[in-house]
Formats: sequence, C-alpha cells, structure tokens
Amino acid sequence: MKYTEDHEWLRVEGDLVVVGITEHASEQLGDVVFVELPEEGRGVSKGDEIVVIESVKAASDILAPLDGEIVAVNGDLADNPALVNEDPTGAAWFFKMKVADLAALDGYMDEAAYKALIG
Amino acid sequence: MADLLRTPVHGLHLRLGARMVPFAGYEMPVQYPMGVMKEHLYCRAAAGWFDVSHMGQVILSAPGGAAEAAAALEALVPVDLAGLAEGRQRYALFTDAAGGILDDLMVTNKGDHLLLVVNAACKAADIAHLRAHLPDGVTVTEQADRALFALQGPGAEAALAALVPGVETMRFMDHREALWRGVTLWLSRSGYTGEDGFEISVPADRAETLAEALLAQDGVAAIGLGARDSLRLEAGLCLYGHDIDTTTSPVEADLAWAIQKARRAGGARAGGFPGAERILRELAEGPVRRRMGLRPEGRAPMREGTAIFDAPEGGAPIGTVTSGGFGPSVEAPVAMAYLPAGLAPGATVWGEVRGKRLPATVAALPFHPARYKR
Repeated sequence: MKYTEDHEWLRVEGDLVVVGITEHASEQLGDVVFVELPEEGRGVSKGDEIVVIESVKAASDILAPLDGEIVAVNGDLADNPALVNEDPTGAAWFFKMKVADLAALDGYMDEAAYKALIG
Repeated sequence: MADLLRTPVHGLHLRLGARMVPFAGYEMPVQYPMGVMKEHLYCRAAAGWFDVSHMGQVILSAPGGAAEAAAALEALVPVDLAGLAEGRQRYALFTDAAGGILDDLMVTNKGDHLLLVVNAACKAADIAHLRAHLPDGVTVTEQADRALFALQGPGAEAALAALVPGVETMRFMDHREALWRGVTLWLSRSGYTGEDGFEISVPADRAETLAEALLAQDGVAAIGLGARDSLRLEAGLCLYGHDIDTTTSPVEADLAWAIQKARRAGGARAGGFPGAERILRELAEGPVRRRMGLRPEGRAPMREGTAIFDAPEGGAPIGTVTSGGFGPSVEAPVAMAYLPAGLAPGATVWGEVRGKRLPATVAALPFHPARYKR
C-alpha cells in the first residue's frame, strides 16, 4: 500500500491501481453524505480533481494520483456514501485505474512514512 | 488556538473528546466522538446538551423596570415588547435605518428588567448599539460571568425535571428562575433545533457541575456546533451572517411573524423602529424576494453561495443559497435561499454545483416539523 499527501491510499491489484482515502482522512471529513465518481473510461492526468466527497461539513476533492485511465468506479458509494466512514480502506474504494507506469507509485509514501506524516 | 476565548466548560469539552474549532472568537466544540450525523439524530430521538456560552447575555434595566426598558428597546426592534408579559420570551431583530438586520435576539421580560440573548459574533456591536441609542436611564449590563446551555429534544423535559422539579409546567417561550443546589438558574423553554427543550443560564463557576449533572441523566449527550447547524437548518431557523444580515429585511427573510400587529401600520405603536419605512412597505406590498426552502433532487448538497437559476441552462441567477447541507433527519440535502417572491412550493429551480445545474424543488419551511410544547 502507498499513500499520498492528500490522504489517499493506492493499492496495486494486478496491473491496476485501486484508490481510496485513509482512515485518518475519513475521520477528518466526518460523516460522508454524497460521493460523485468519475466516468469509467475517462483518461486522467495526475492532479486532476476526479472525485467529490461531500461530508456533513464540507465538500472535498480526490485527485488523480497518477496519469492513466479510470477503468472501474465503486457504484456502492452512490447508494451508501457512509461506507467511506465505515470501511475507508476496504469496501469504500473509489476507483480503479490503469496507469501508464506502475513504477511511478514508488514516488509515494509507504505506511511508515504516512504514519509519520499524520503523527 | 491562541487569542480565542474559552467558555466556562472548555475543560469539559476536552474531556468529552470534542474537536474544537474557532467560532465567533471562541474555541468551540464542532463535534464530539459520536460525530455530527449521530449527534443530530440523537438530539431528535433523546436529548442533546449544547454549550452556547459564547452567546451574549445582556440585562437592560431601568428605574421603571421591564416596562420602561421595553418601551425604550422598541425604538430599535420592530417587535411588540410592551405586550410581552412577565415571565415570557419573544424573538426580536435589531434593524438598521435601511431596513436590514443587525442581529437577531431573544428578549425576556423578567419583571424588573429585560434579559437579552444575542449572537456571539454580534455581541460587542449589539452592546455598543444599545448604549448608543437607548436613553440614559436604561442600563446595559453584559452577564459575562454566566454560562448558557441548551437542552433540546424529546427527553429534555424529563432530564431537566430530574434536577429542577416543576419545569414540566413551562410552555414554549416561558421563562422562570429556579434554584438548583443553591444556585439560581434562568430557564427558558426555547431553543434552536425545532425540538422541545430549554435554555439554561447558570453562573460560570457552577456551569461545569450543572453540565455534568445534565450529562449524567439517561438519554442526554453532548452535541456540537456541527449538529446544531444541521438541526436549525432542518427547523428552517435563520443563522445570522448567513441567512440574515444587513442586506436582508425581516420581511424578505420571512420573519414577518416576528412583527406583531402593534408595530404594523394601524397598530397602537406602528413604526418607530429603524428602517420602518421599508419594512412597513414590504409588509403592505410584499417583498420582491423571500427566503424559501429548497430540496435538491439527488444527494448532492447545495451549500451556501450556490447560485440558483430558473432554467437548466442559460439566463442569470435568480437567487443564492444562504444555508445548505445534508439533513440527517430528512435523509436528504436541504437548503435555504432567497428567491423571487412569486415562486411557490413545488416549483422547480436549478442550483449550479461544480459547474453543473442540478434540479431542486422549492419547499415550505421547516423541513422537519417543530415539536415545541405550546
């Protein structure tokens, strides 16, 4: 598992990267009430705002962590946004993307570095 | 959070695990470990304890007692205060010369004086406004040494009655003093959630003991500002600085109910408050725009600042959302917006959220029925 400074987790699954938000991020957001997901098949560039999460408090974005293509989105989140609070690192994955270069993941933090970041 | 003020129960918030945020110059609990959604639902199902000690408690006294203070204060609010009986509380608004709203407040007739409760962010300006405009005979004293709590929800009566027997007989907007362990509490049957409940003023040095005694009752939990906001939004209640301010008149804000007959055209004391010309005209002719409820379709909230249109594309905005979010009891997004007065509940409008126009239905307020004990 790799982590971004924006509190996303990235998990390699075959030749795909699965993306969600960390437990820490989900706690900070508070109760999630709405998730807007990208379209499957959409090409994205690193840094694109591709998911909107609305909590009881505010809206926040999830950025594309890498260049690539969205190949699957988690439709369960549309019906049950609270999954993001209940199981952020499991059932509440947001999207799976095919990336040009899996080695680009190496630039992200490992678990120890992420834990140090959030203190 | 340097430079922020703390309420008398700051230490209790920390022990309860609150997440503290800056609010109106105070360090306040936005939520406790339960979280905003569960706190909201808990308050509607049982009882919520809220620390609202950041709000201003102000006494107006005069040699002629509450009657003299009320007569003087009527020059600053479009409200019938001469008709406010002893032991009763009433909602009021400070208006400005242009008919805008400087603050909203509660006024209680305590017999020999008036008690005002004003918003935290406005309290310094309100006190200056009172001192500048009330006659010399009226004394304005901030009660900075008292805390203020709200106890709200269907379980509030039983929880408070366990400490202060007899409060069951109070009706909505009644006020009384009561002794609790040798200390005088000021109790009002009122609140900001749409639920039955009480607001309780207590001397600061006994505030924590009282809070702990309330929280020790079955079915009472601490509720933060996050849920206070979603509760009041579902109840259709205005938040000063968002839904009302100096750019909105009481009639536009759909608060004409707060202007009693005595202060309207033909009344015993018609006009005589700042902005009377505009406010009386809007009462007679109707306002051009009015605060209304909105129920966005789908699950995406329409938050404060969302522009509202009368078509799915093109055209200029017809209004703006002033408060919006997710209503945990409604189980859907809810919002309030200023819209052309001719729109009626059921009309479809569109809110622009992240560049996309999403449909919403104009709705009557409140979104969640009030359960006051009248």
